Amino acid sequence: MTTAPGKIRVLVAKPGLDGHDVGAKLVCRALSEAGMEVIYTGLRQSPAAIARAAAQEDVDVVGLSILSGAHLPLCRRVKERLHAEGLDDVLWLVGGNIPARDHAALKQLGVSGIFPTGSPFAALVEFVRAHVAREPEPS
Amino acid sequence: MSQKKTLPPVVWESGLVVKPVYTAADRPAAPPEEPGAYPYTRGILPTMYRERPWTMRQYAGFGTAAETRERFRYLIDHGQTGLNVAFDLPTQCGLDSDDPMAEGEVGRVGMAVDTLADMEEAFLGIPHDEISVSLTIKGSAVAIMAMFFAMARKRGYPLADLRGTAQNDILKEFVGRGTWIFPVEPSVKLVVDTMEFCARNVPRYSPVSVCGYHIRESGATPAQEVAYGLAIASAYVERALARGLPVDDFASGISFNFDVHGNLWEQVVKLRAGRRKWAKIMRERFGAQNPRSLQLRMIAGGGGGGLTIEQPENNIVRGAYYALASALAGTQTMALCCYDEAYTIPSEHSARLALRTMQILMHEVGACDTVDPLGGSYFVESATDEMEALIDRILAGVEAEGGIVQAIAEGRIQAEVNLQAYELEKKLRSGETPKVGVNRFVEQEAERPVELHPYREEEASKQVARLAQKRRERDGAAVERTLAALRAVATRGDNVMPAVMDAVEAYATIGEICGELRAVFGAYREPIRF
Repeated sequence: MTTAPGKIRVLVAKPGLDGHDVGAKLVCRALSEAGMEVIYTGLRQSPAAIARAAAQEDVDVVGLSILSGAHLPLCRRVKERLHAEGLDDVLWLVGGNIPARDHAALKQLGVSGIFPTGSPFAALVEFVRAHVAREPEPS
Repeated sequence: MSQKKTLPPVVWESGLVVKPVYTAADRPAAPPEEPGAYPYTRGILPTMYRERPWTMRQYAGFGTAAETRERFRYLIDHGQTGLNVAFDLPTQCGLDSDDPMAEGEVGRVGMAVDTLADMEEAFLGIPHDEISVSLTIKGSAVAIMAMFFAMARKRGYPLADLRGTAQNDILKEFVGRGTWIFPVEPSVKLVVDTMEFCARNVPRYSPVSVCGYHIRESGATPAQEVAYGLAIASAYVERALARGLPVDDFASGISFNFDVHGNLWEQVVKLRAGRRKWAKIMRERFGAQNPRSLQLRMIAGGGGGGLTIEQPENNIVRGAYYALASALAGTQTMALCCYDEAYTIPSEHSARLALRTMQILMHEVGACDTVDPLGGSYFVESATDEMEALIDRILAGVEAEGGIVQAIAEGRIQAEVNLQAYELEKKLRSGETPKVGVNRFVEQEAERPVELHPYREEEASKQVARLAQKRRERDGAAVERTLAALRAVATRGDNVMPAVMDAVEAYATIGEICGELRAVFGAYREPIRF
């Protein structure tokens, strides 16, 4: 399968055991309507499997959806695995039930953007577009 | 004659159009219906709340069994009359607390259970003849139900008299919530195993609570919620009948769980219409005779999908309306989401507020005064008829396309409700669907005044240590023997429940038991769609 050149590629993943996937699927649809190529992992992915998928799919963005409250331990492990796959530069986003008090700790781990439940799709789309460099500007 | 004005149309989520006024002409040939009589539109009992008010059963559980027991005691001391047990995700997914996938999740969203010892600890001193217990468990239900039965029996409560409920509706778990373990067909087989086991051994227990609730939370309309719920319940009935069980031996063990949020009237009529439709299905299609087989018993309330992150105190007010709708619809049991539930495990304070909301309704403002107070309303009765017709059409559509089990296995129901959830989200964002605090009367909010439930890593470590100790203390030979027997039974396709009971009594872990079943049945692979 080929994709249009220049399409931003996004992996949306559900790490851990949390089965609440309404939000993740909404985000998938919103990003693909915005013209991005979206790959959704489905539920119950280990951090290793997520990082592997991100590498194989050669994505620009990794978005994790976590509503169980386990975002800190999960993101610590995801960070290790992304590093192991050589993906330190991927744009890493986290969404779901993420209380404000944990935002700094997530940023510290390398999460670029945090989109708690209720964040508008437009803000997410804009953030991704602003942070992913596409085709180099003709000079 | 007054001048005719064109009013903007009112259309419910389900698609029914509401007229500005209803009269006797809207229901010219309606047969008289009585509460407590077929088809039970007006309620399952002739006297309803005058004699038997609804049970209040808040969802609770976190951390270890000992911590959960404290919250149970707290709720009982504050007047709660039933318990609704939350389990953590590893327990729900059939994993032990020391499984690598369980890291960070042990005791987080519910109580951690690895062996029968945890069940014994959680219910120590709780009188099972006074307080009925509902177990919110699906994928691993055979193990958890067996642990609950084994615990009760050890404490001297004969299984023949034991009451209670297990959620145990796996089909809805494939649509929303996602704590499945095995593929669709064996998952359904396990549900039917528990129905058969209970019909023969625990006859007063309700082994299945069919959940329209989570399908609604995933994006279904109220009409779809009820229709899919009835279709799922019918699928379980068909399979139990196929085993040769007489319908009246097991049908009363099926109850329902419905979601209440959105339009007040639409919720009331969906539940009245659902009750009527279920009675008809059970009598006309399955030939049930016993009134208890025909009566749709439900837990209603909840309403998580209606609550908002914005202006969280508004959720307290929403909860009161959801409780009112549930009472007007004649629910048997009520549970309300707590106002802080969009953020965290509810605090004691918010759990008590939810309980007080229901108590004010029951004790103070007269919700129990008379049976089905909306019965006979031109509007409500007419809308109930229309809702029933709509539910009928949805059911016929599901049947025409191969039935609900196939539709779920192929991911068709999921695709449909996911799309609807997206459309609704867009309407909320654009303001087309009004929501206070979200797209109407919006305020700039600073830090929200919500107390967050702490997750204590040390409680998780304690649970892992407790499991290791139990593994050392137990009779290893008995564990091996009972697990091997379980695998043999599952391979033969026989009812696994007696073998699971033996295994839990030998203190086999939930991971070991589900592991044997996984070895035989395989693991579910979800169709990836969005």
